[in-house]
Amino acid sequence: MERIFPKVTGNAKIAENTYEMRLSGDFSSITAPGQFVNFAVEGCYLRRPISVCDVENGILTVVYKTVGKGTEIMSRIRPGETMDVLSGLGNGYDVGAGGKRPLLIGGGAGVPPMYMLCKALVRAGARPVAVLGFNSRNEVFYEDEFKAAGAETHVTTVDGSYGIKGYVTDVIGKLDYTYFYACGPEAMFKAVEKTVKSDGEYSFEERMGCGFGACMGCSCKTKYGSKRICKDGPVLKRGEIIW
Amino acid sequence: MVDTKVTLSGWELDNPVIPASGTFGYGKEFAELYDINILGTFSFKGTTVEPRFGNPTPRIAECPAGIINSIGLQNPGMEHVISEELPEMKKYFGKKVIANLGGANIDEYARLAEAFGKEEQVGILEINVSCPNVKDGGMAHGTSCENVYNIVKRLKSVTEKPVYMKLTPNVTDIVSVAKACEDGGADGISLINTMTGMRVDLKSKKPVVANKIAGYSGKGVFPVALRMVYQVYEAVKIPIIGMGGVSCAEDVVEMMLAGASAVGVGTANLINPYASKEIVEALPAVMEKYGINSLKDIIGGAHNG
Repeated sequence: MERIFPKVTGNAKIAENTYEMRLSGDFSSITAPGQFVNFAVEGCYLRRPISVCDVENGILTVVYKTVGKGTEIMSRIRPGETMDVLSGLGNGYDVGAGGKRPLLIGGGAGVPPMYMLCKALVRAGARPVAVLGFNSRNEVFYEDEFKAAGAETHVTTVDGSYGIKGYVTDVIGKLDYTYFYACGPEAMFKAVEKTVKSDGEYSFEERMGCGFGACMGCSCKTKYGSKRICKDGPVLKRGEIIW
Repeated sequence: MVDTKVTLSGWELDNPVIPASGTFGYGKEFAELYDINILGTFSFKGTTVEPRFGNPTPRIAECPAGIINSIGLQNPGMEHVISEELPEMKKYFGKKVIANLGGANIDEYARLAEAFGKEEQVGILEINVSCPNVKDGGMAHGTSCENVYNIVKRLKSVTEKPVYMKLTPNVTDIVSVAKACEDGGADGISLINTMTGMRVDLKSKKPVVANKIAGYSGKGVFPVALRMVYQVYEAVKIPIIGMGGVSCAEDVVEMMLAGASAVGVGTANLINPYASKEIVEALPAVMEKYGINSLKDIIGGAHNG
């Protein structure tokens, strides 16, 4: 972990209630896809943990949904402003576990961390397949980015207004894959858990205090004892999770 | 050169800054960021006889000037802390530490005090009779003068270490509780623990924290904590570790003027992991700005005249 003060270079709406922020700085503390950063937001006491979507050439990209006061304020931040960021938090995904044909499952705000993971897997020689689930057409983002990164990409919408009508699990059942990585709401996880046929890992979300393991605010029970989502997670292996 | 040294029951600290229990773990996460030996000392995560997972999540909610938490004393238990955490801590912290201890009943407090009282690494036993987030013990002890008196008395019979009672602000009269601690033989008082509070989510229309009621801490509680330190200082002769919303070096000085001999920094560590370090580093300049040569000289200064 590192506390840094990067400069915002962009903050644009890319889908319904969804913003893509880019920041310029030294993000060398981010060492794995699936890690997160914790933003201090003017007017909010606690920081806002947001997953890393991409880091390349000193530019951090995060994609976040406006779900409350903090992210609403973030959405109004203009390029040129400086942010107070705790960078390089959490464990991240195990890229080496993916095998030849890893499956990436992203639901809504869980899609962004899959992007950096996708790129890392392609670089490692894998041919990933991505299944991205959204509620509706106006919420869809990053389909082209996943395709450009080299993933076979399937998009589902619950209302059928774009892509395949239904849930990510409607697609997963028809795919072959060596391993899976999932990020999204817990309801999606429970459906995924019933569908998947390989080993894999899930990235969890929880209300956090500090984000770096000190306050024990985001603890969960696993088969191997209690873990802190922020420090020992947010990524947990399928085999250790108690559903 | 200004003098930042303070003394707690014969133990001289380089400075009065003490990260408060529950906001600093066993120090490890912070030792990865900076040399925590610059601190006066720190109070480790409230430890119980048996390991505790704590309360269901969500355990944290934001407030305009702080947070509420209902962790529920999650900790790995007394044996693990003594056999694993303390030896590990020695690698990154060369000073004595404050052991924060939470019992469900008087016998558990005694077991904890006896065990940690034997540890050479421990400078003070800070007895948590004030946690609002556990069903057995915690705050239930600290709201009764008779209970705190009996607990201190028992603990003083099982350990030679200084016993500091950490008190809850959720009482009608903090002074009478503090006096009962002193009468029972306490060596010092730590105050305040969190104030009970809650938040309700407008979307779900339900309490945000799973345990519904939680403990409020952070900047918003500072004036309340300061007032209680001020009142208790007038009533007792034993030293006070003042805490509650302390977020900068000026707050430390203010707390000491009200009567604190040392000052806990809590929630600020969670927002900025360097908060305690920055406060230690800012202290000399703040002292110079206000014409303070020695921090020892200003304890209770607000009571004069």
